[in-house]
Amino acid sequence: MDFTLRKEHEMARSLFKEFAEKEVKPLAQEVDETEIFPRGTVDKMAKNGFLGIPVPKEYGGQGCDPLTYVMCVEELSKVCGTTGVIVSAHTSLCCDPIQTYGTEEQKQKYLVPLAKGEKLGAFGLTEPGAGTDAQGQQTKAVLDGDEYVLNGSKIFITNGKEADVYIIFAITSVTTDAKGRSKKNISAFIVEKGTPGFTFGTKEKKMGIRGSSTYELIFTDCRIPKENLLGKEGKGFGIAMHTLDGGRIGIAAQALGIAEGALESTIAYVQERKQFGRPISAFQNTQFQLADMATKVEAAKMLVYKAAMAKANQKVYSLEAAMAKLYAAEVAMEVTTKAVQLHGGYGYTREYDVERMMRDAKITEIYEGTSEVQRMVISANIIK
Amino acid sequence: MKIVVCIKQVPDTKGGVKFNPDGTLDRAAMMTIMNPDDKAGLEAALRLKEKYGAEVTVLTMGLPKAEDVLREAIAMGADKGILVTDRVLGGADTWATSQTLAGAIRNLEYDLIITGRQAIDGDTAQVGPQISEHLNIPVISYAQKIEVEGDSVIVERQYDDRYHVLKAKMPCLITALAELNEPRYMTPGGIFDACKAEITVWGRADLKDVEDSNLGLKGSPTQIAKASDKVRKGAGEKVTLDASESVDYILGKLKEKHIV
Repeated sequence: MDFTLRKEHEMARSLFKEFAEKEVKPLAQEVDETEIFPRGTVDKMAKNGFLGIPVPKEYGGQGCDPLTYVMCVEELSKVCGTTGVIVSAHTSLCCDPIQTYGTEEQKQKYLVPLAKGEKLGAFGLTEPGAGTDAQGQQTKAVLDGDEYVLNGSKIFITNGKEADVYIIFAITSVTTDAKGRSKKNISAFIVEKGTPGFTFGTKEKKMGIRGSSTYELIFTDCRIPKENLLGKEGKGFGIAMHTLDGGRIGIAAQALGIAEGALESTIAYVQERKQFGRPISAFQNTQFQLADMATKVEAAKMLVYKAAMAKANQKVYSLEAAMAKLYAAEVAMEVTTKAVQLHGGYGYTREYDVERMMRDAKITEIYEGTSEVQRMVISANIIK
Repeated sequence: MKIVVCIKQVPDTKGGVKFNPDGTLDRAAMMTIMNPDDKAGLEAALRLKEKYGAEVTVLTMGLPKAEDVLREAIAMGADKGILVTDRVLGGADTWATSQTLAGAIRNLEYDLIITGRQAIDGDTAQVGPQISEHLNIPVISYAQKIEVEGDSVIVERQYDDRYHVLKAKMPCLITALAELNEPRYMTPGGIFDACKAEITVWGRADLKDVEDSNLGLKGSPTQIAKASDKVRKGAGEKVTLDASESVDYILGKLKEKHIV
């Protein structure tokens, strides 16, 4: 087993790092303070191919592997969690299902502009009554001639108002099994911004990733062409779950990046900050805290990269993705909390990045499956 | 159009500079980057390629690991990379370097050669103009803007307080300033292609019409007496005075330092 990165991955990391330092980091604090979506950064990322990293070249992408994409989200998230999740939601939750389940026409029409970054993608599964329990969906799609008529709403949608193309899940039928239990059959649809009947509700005011555009999507007699059904009718639940397996690797990368960013900031800070005539890095408590933080970050990195490799080489990677997401998210929360502690009072102020990083870290334990859901997935995979 | 861009892998001076006991740079011990002026020259070539259509070949002389800088250039959009590496070429000063690069370029077809103005590890600004001398082609140095018109280039040549607009027939050589443009980033897909790309590697035997006496340390007339990292200047002195007092103050300081 060789843990050495290939040349292309080393070069890609240096590219993402340089871009993050030059283009993203200077804006991170402002994006957080103002809660304004960093459109300029997204345009620059589009120009440089960051919005289609794992998509094949024939569909407008960069033709790289999932590990390269993971490193991109990681490096962006080191300096700005908001920017990391914009790329993750776009790539994992919108490009990926179209690439996996889309027809050739759908790929040409939607995946190509998404991968080129001409359009931004989003994904709508969560509803007020359907978070972890995806079967609790209320949004319905009824076929009427050549169109599906969509009614309902989706909440907490990342890239909400800024996206152009949305993957939306809705109930298309209800069937009863032999025991008389009813089952909602969900389907996936590609919905374009601007479709009549598709509007936006309230913007969420969040604790972290505050520049990310998180909105409610409302569908009122919204007519979707029949050809925008993604995959087969009634197979949407499987599409959602498989898509989220990939999405979790992206969020795991975001969590990893946030943890690394906090660790790097803290390593620099403890060597500058003096107390009792010595830099606080000279105290054993600081040293041991940092040793634990660094070790856990490294372990998280191994899990995240392993999950990325599993996505490249395996058909099913739910277990690897869930483990990576669970561990990286919990490490991000722990490391950012310790980072604030080691910064003392300064770490509690918004002048220091670790304050933002701690708020950004929390969401990684919640979205795209809470840590509890990841434990459900992991245990279901190991107890058979 | 065929463009050759000479690029150099230089130490990233942000990470500190390290020297060998003989005063030459310990290149193996330092992080490296593409020399900023050369990167601007490459960007200029890539923009000409986009505007007029061109094949861009990047050329470097250095240790085998200088291949990395060629791959970086290919990941930005260059078409081909050539590495000139040979033990007998080691220790070259600007004279031997320009002889080596000219010897390599004689094997190539070219309309335009672009080099950086100077490299941040030597700051001589000699290699580009020397190459043009060896190849007997015109040189326009300190380019801040480059346009192509028919078989000629029109270049703005920078001075401290003005610029000259010069026109030269191709083939010619241009030395580029870092201020010429904002170089593009590599793309992720470009990196993957660059890592698969074949890099042409040439040694001494591949250099055309160059004497051994002009190559490597032996062919280098320059001798380094002493080399050091840049020494940080001390903090300046700030004074607030009216105009006539200022004149007296400055004159006093100049006299004190025996400048006037």
